[in-house]
Amino acid sequence: MLSPVWLPLFVLGMPFVAFVLLAVVAPLRRAGSRAALVSIGAMLLAFAAALAVWRGAFVAETTWAWIPADGGPIATVGLLVDPLSNAMLVLVTLVSLLVQIYSLAYLGDERPASLGRYYTYQSLFAFSMLGLVLAPGFLQMFVFWELVGLCSYLLIGYWYERPAAARAAVKAFWITKLGDIGFIIGIVLLWSATGTFEFTELFDKAQEHALAIKGLPTIMFLIYLGAVGKSAQFPLHVWLPDAMEGPTPVSALIHAATMVTAGVFMVTRTEPLFAMVPEVLTLIAWVGAFTALLAATMACVEDDIKRVLAYSTISQLGYMMAAAGAGAAYAGFLHLLTHGLFKALLFLAAGAVIHAVGTNDIFRMGGLFRAMPQTGVVFLVGTLALAGVPPLAGFFSKEAVLGGVWEAHFTGPFLMLAATALLTAFYMFRVVFIAFFGRAHAGGHPHEAPWLMRGPLWLLAALTVLVGIRLGGAEGHDATPAWLVPLSIGLAFAGFALAWAMYQRGAIDPARVATVLGPLDYLARRRYGIDALYAGLYRGLILGFSRLIGWIDRYIVDGVLNVLSALTLRGGQALRGIQSGRAQDYVYGVAFGMLLLIVWAQLWR
Amino acid sequence: MIRQVLSLVPELSIITWAPFVGALLIMFTARHRPRAVRWIAAVTTGISAALSIRIYATYDQDVAGFQFYEKIPLVPPLGISYEVGADGISLLMVLLTSIIIVAGVFASWTVQVRSQEFYALLLALVTGVYGVFVSLDLFVLFLFYELAVLPMYLLIGIWGSSGEVRPRGIFAWAFRETGVGTKEYAAMKLTLYLLFGSAFILVGILALYVNAGAASFSFLDFEATAFPRALQRWVFLAFYVGFGILAGIWPLHTWSPDGHASAPTAVSMLHAGVLMKLGAYGVVRMGMGLLPEGAADLAWLVGTVACVNIVYGALSSMAQTDLKYVIAYSSVSHMGIVMLGAATLTGPGLNGSVFQMFAHGVMTGLFFALVGLVYEKAHSRDIGKMGGFGKTMPGIATAFTVGGLSSLGLPATAGFVAELLTFLGAWRSVHRWWLFPAVAGTFLTAVYVLRVAKQIFWGPPSSQFHDLEDARGPEWVALVVLVFVLVLFGMVPGLAIAPVDTATVPLLARIVSP
Amino acid sequence: MIGLPAYLVLGAFVFSIGLFGVLTRRNAVGILLGIELMLNAVNINFVAFARFNGDLTGLVFTLFTIAITVAEVAVGLAIVIAIFRVRRTVEADRLDLLRG
Repeated sequence: MLSPVWLPLFVLGMPFVAFVLLAVVAPLRRAGSRAALVSIGAMLLAFAAALAVWRGAFVAETTWAWIPADGGPIATVGLLVDPLSNAMLVLVTLVSLLVQIYSLAYLGDERPASLGRYYTYQSLFAFSMLGLVLAPGFLQMFVFWELVGLCSYLLIGYWYERPAAARAAVKAFWITKLGDIGFIIGIVLLWSATGTFEFTELFDKAQEHALAIKGLPTIMFLIYLGAVGKSAQFPLHVWLPDAMEGPTPVSALIHAATMVTAGVFMVTRTEPLFAMVPEVLTLIAWVGAFTALLAATMACVEDDIKRVLAYSTISQLGYMMAAAGAGAAYAGFLHLLTHGLFKALLFLAAGAVIHAVGTNDIFRMGGLFRAMPQTGVVFLVGTLALAGVPPLAGFFSKEAVLGGVWEAHFTGPFLMLAATALLTAFYMFRVVFIAFFGRAHAGGHPHEAPWLMRGPLWLLAALTVLVGIRLGGAEGHDATPAWLVPLSIGLAFAGFALAWAMYQRGAIDPARVATVLGPLDYLARRRYGIDALYAGLYRGLILGFSRLIGWIDRYIVDGVLNVLSALTLRGGQALRGIQSGRAQDYVYGVAFGMLLLIVWAQLWR
Repeated sequence: MIRQVLSLVPELSIITWAPFVGALLIMFTARHRPRAVRWIAAVTTGISAALSIRIYATYDQDVAGFQFYEKIPLVPPLGISYEVGADGISLLMVLLTSIIIVAGVFASWTVQVRSQEFYALLLALVTGVYGVFVSLDLFVLFLFYELAVLPMYLLIGIWGSSGEVRPRGIFAWAFRETGVGTKEYAAMKLTLYLLFGSAFILVGILALYVNAGAASFSFLDFEATAFPRALQRWVFLAFYVGFGILAGIWPLHTWSPDGHASAPTAVSMLHAGVLMKLGAYGVVRMGMGLLPEGAADLAWLVGTVACVNIVYGALSSMAQTDLKYVIAYSSVSHMGIVMLGAATLTGPGLNGSVFQMFAHGVMTGLFFALVGLVYEKAHSRDIGKMGGFGKTMPGIATAFTVGGLSSLGLPATAGFVAELLTFLGAWRSVHRWWLFPAVAGTFLTAVYVLRVAKQIFWGPPSSQFHDLEDARGPEWVALVVLVFVLVLFGMVPGLAIAPVDTATVPLLARIVSP
Repeated sequence: MIGLPAYLVLGAFVFSIGLFGVLTRRNAVGILLGIELMLNAVNINFVAFARFNGDLTGLVFTLFTIAITVAEVAVGLAIVIAIFRVRRTVEADRLDLLRG
């Protein structure tokens, strides 16, 4: 029995209305706080509706023609409402709402016109993300995929007068565009083979085994490339750490809980199709696990608190993708949801810290627990969740992921993920110990954040705990090996212990560890040269080649044209000599011509 | 089934000739009254625009063939008559022309020097453009084509702006001798190059005329004639080269960057926005419409050159330091998508091609309007000197960004639908590999567009410019209209595709794949 | 007897000398003299043909030619004098106002 579609449409529509209002009515937008209220109000309504949709377990599908063609529309837009989308609706609206409220305090010092711009973008983002999760087909998903990418570009570059921010925004767009190229090629190929973009039609065809098209692995691989870009999998992960140039609430929303999860969502949503190409799934699992490990190593040597969290996000996205690749899409999705909560929490808490202390560098902080105890507590809650400590939400989802990967007999990925778990606990507690405990170096007077910022923090912390308890209470997951639970707890504890020994107790000197792991340390600090590689390719290959082409076009292709023109001019100059102006020369010409005519006439006889 | 019902009100003729009447009025009554000049221009182009929207709305989408038909015999012994009609494709192009010329009239509001001649020439030019799109008699079409080209020489030569090009390379001597960089050079080059192309077109038209019995120049009669295959091939080639020069195919595109860069704002808007589409329209209407087998045989050439256009244009654009040149090469690149879509000989591809003609026309009109405004405020076109304009001119910056996003094919803008359809068509065509350069072009466009936007608008403020201001008064009209159209057609593409499809389906049905 | 070819050859010679004069003489009056010679050569041809074919038409033509020659010389010399008054020279090389 299909549910009415107007309620999900309402969820989608509210931020859209807010965006249009703010975009078009300039005085409203320029008024700063009034714009914020419009946006937050719309989000509140959307969240309430999303809750209702989720609790009511709506199921519906509806589409309208979008691009017409002779034999029926080529592309449609619409809504696909099911438990998967409903969960995302709640996550997106909740985190959006909390972030927008938080931003009111975090960006309180901005000019009203800039603040208005910020909330316009926020509304657009919320609309785009919701459109993505409600998409009934690949094309609509791609449309909103690109739109969230746009919002990411706009929000990372919010403080565009800073060159680093402007560069980061553009880099994010380009790197994800590389993935999107694979995505669009993939869906074009898929459409060409099947004649449709719609998920339900494709799934039905898959079920009836009518989808045995040649090159399906290639097609699904290309589509997966989109997820590689958007969800920051290796090697398209490089944009995420730089994206931290944007305001912290933006990082919390887009680069932790929602946009980056779009890739995971897509793979989960289209799981029936991926299930038909196990080779690609294996690749996804391996790349996911490798990404997780790689990012975790880079987080261990980062001094910028936001960058640590960024690498952590990349790492956890790797977890999610590995689960999806192992056929445990449910586990991956669960991790997506829990991670959304506690990573947003961590980012917002880090934002409170940055707001109070004025720097991102953890080595310029210290002893903050005393100055900002509430922030410290919630940060600790987030850390424990991320490290996978029961009964917090992160433990259950991480265990589900590990279990799923083990069940699929992917030993290599499993080992990588296990090592990552250890590193995760390590680098998070490293931050906790350095920033929150130990001697206080922080300049200024670090104080507790205002209530507009603390409120969302406490809410998220509470949710992390509550969701964890709910998950613990739910029926146990069948068939996970019994030794998995103690293993994951043990790894977390080992990481904690290592961090404690190195940074709290001083028992092991971090500098000596760095020398022992010399080459690894060197590489990790330089992001394994991947960023440098991209920069080199960009400057050398693309810009260099473009300069060559520009030169050829102006001086060779156009040069040939100018040569023709110059030759014509020269020819004209030369022929001018015939017109000497002297009557005698003309007579000469006539006489000569006559002679030729007579000779020719004679010859022609 | 071709319906040739004579329309009660000669809408197409009014649309075509209203600007010309405006030009005459300006020259004879408003010679020394600048305000009257502008108002006459605005009113006459407004009449054309209003009518073109009206006929667009009243177009019957269920019937193929030409509607709003009119015919007046001119020279019966030779078969020349004034015959006009519109189908989905021409209708969209007429709408595009109206939008761009109205925006252009407002964008030129501040022309000081000899504004009456400027507007008069501009209006005469627009008449030529409308005429080409609605003409069904090839002889008259050619006349309108020449009318659309010749005023360019004066418009660029008198009201244009000169730049500087330092001669380099093995042909440097030629650069010095021909005076590269000045507006006179650009004017001469553009006009001569386009007239050179028109020679090929004339040859093609005459060849068809003679072969069909030298009885009539009517498109409808030619459409009903089956020309021999060999003739079709070389006449298609003649049309392709002739119209292609106007469309900016590689390597016959070099008139375009110099011409657009040196031309005044409204002229660039009209030229890059509409006239280049006229070239593509010619290839589709006359090349593909009259010579189906020739088109099928030579589609490989059209598509391959189009791929070169896309990638080459994008790379060239990336290397430019003069803002107008960036936009000009961007046009070369996007015209590649237009030609590619047509070359695929598929439904989505051809629809995408026509839609891209429209989308890119609006986009590039917007770009040139913005560049004109930036130049007016900052008195410079050098990107290297600019920076941080987003703070002082947010309206212009936002409009530029929207245009740029459409250019790189962001969904919710018209550019996306055009490119998507082209991609779908490319993979469905005989030469599937065309998909890849097209997609690569999208990526390269993203690179150069965002790079330029960052350099000029979204970055730290430049120290060389002070007291810059945003768009004012009538300048806003152009920007708002164009941005609105881009977003509208991006969100509701059916508005354009439905009528276009009515025309492209029968056109493609006649083309037999080799 | 001296036959027709001899007169024709004489006519050709005189014509060539006249043409040569027209082409190479610098003085405008000299050019006019050359033109005179060419015209007179034509006269020789006409008279010769008239004599040897017994046809009066040639002689009539000759009278026409002489009259027209006189008129042409008068006009030509008048032009030369007018040019001299303006340009102070009658050298053909210097009279190139129509130069391209």
